[in-house]
Amino acid sequence: MSKLLEGKRGLIMGVANDRSMAWGIAKACAEQGAELAFSYQGEALEKRVRPLAAEVGSDFLIECDVSDNASIDNLAAEIEKRWSKIDFFLHAVGYSDKSELRGRFVDTSLDNFLMTMNISAFSFVSVAQRLEKMMTDGGSMLTLTYYGAEKVVPHYNVMGVAKAALEACTRYMARDLGEKDIRVNAISAGPMKTLAASGVGDFRMLLKYNEKNAPLKRNITLEDVAGAGLYLLSGLSSGVTGEIHYVDAGFNITGMPLDEESMRIICQ
Amino acid sequence: MSEIAEKVKKIVVEHLGVDEDKVTDTASFIDDLGADSLDTVELVMAFEEEFGIEIPDDAAEKIQTVKDAIDFISANA
Repeated sequence: MSKLLEGKRGLIMGVANDRSMAWGIAKACAEQGAELAFSYQGEALEKRVRPLAAEVGSDFLIECDVSDNASIDNLAAEIEKRWSKIDFFLHAVGYSDKSELRGRFVDTSLDNFLMTMNISAFSFVSVAQRLEKMMTDGGSMLTLTYYGAEKVVPHYNVMGVAKAALEACTRYMARDLGEKDIRVNAISAGPMKTLAASGVGDFRMLLKYNEKNAPLKRNITLEDVAGAGLYLLSGLSSGVTGEIHYVDAGFNITGMPLDEESMRIICQ
Repeated sequence: MSEIAEKVKKIVVEHLGVDEDKVTDTASFIDDLGADSLDTVELVMAFEEEFGIEIPDDAAEKIQTVKDAIDFISANA
């Protein structure tokens, strides 16, 4: 059997280190024959991404600050120059002021609200606008979201609101781009100990709660996310678009705590 | 040197790619060992994993030197 992404080229945005979900997905894509470009923001991330990119045989790194339109223009121009055509991209980018990822959502400031929305939601649209033109044989776009988009999760706050927007963007983009055979999907991953997650207040509690209450009775791994990412970026998911795909050990289907200890405490 | 101190220093050497003799007790991750703010978060995650402990956010912020890390881990491992 030939490899799933043989001859395909894709952009991976948002690798921070070897625990990043984006890295897990990138590696799985490379193992299936994809040629990859990586975007990063700033020197601190470049020094982390460069050796990882080399591990999958890529020297194609592009600096991109998604809050800056000219920087996204440059990203697209670099890809056009080197490849002229692209088959997929992964958007694993988000940012919010850490001090607003704890305490009350209602205290969120306008500045941080707008910045979080811009970097964590609009940037998916913004990059898609540019890459759409280069997806001449169809393509696949993928982003990462979280359950805090649809239900209230303590401390997730303004990021949950931005993820709700991101999920809606995914559906509207899927509708618009469908006629070009470009599919747009999102993975809603359960909590995982990544660099990004370290910014969320009391993250350990989320991990523990999920582990106890998810039907699979465990937290998800990088391999879990990688497999789903490969599926959504490759032809395996050719009939799937506009989908929020849960990789959360089943947590999202539960309506009440499953573990007896929590139930006992609650019922007392 | 205690076993904990030895392990802590080994993690620091590997993660920051610095010479072993630079990793003294009083060495500050950022000022002396060239760590950036992401490194400090990654180091804390590596300590948690190696020693099977939890380092809460407010404690993590106070871990700025090799000794800070050794002391916290010794008291909580």
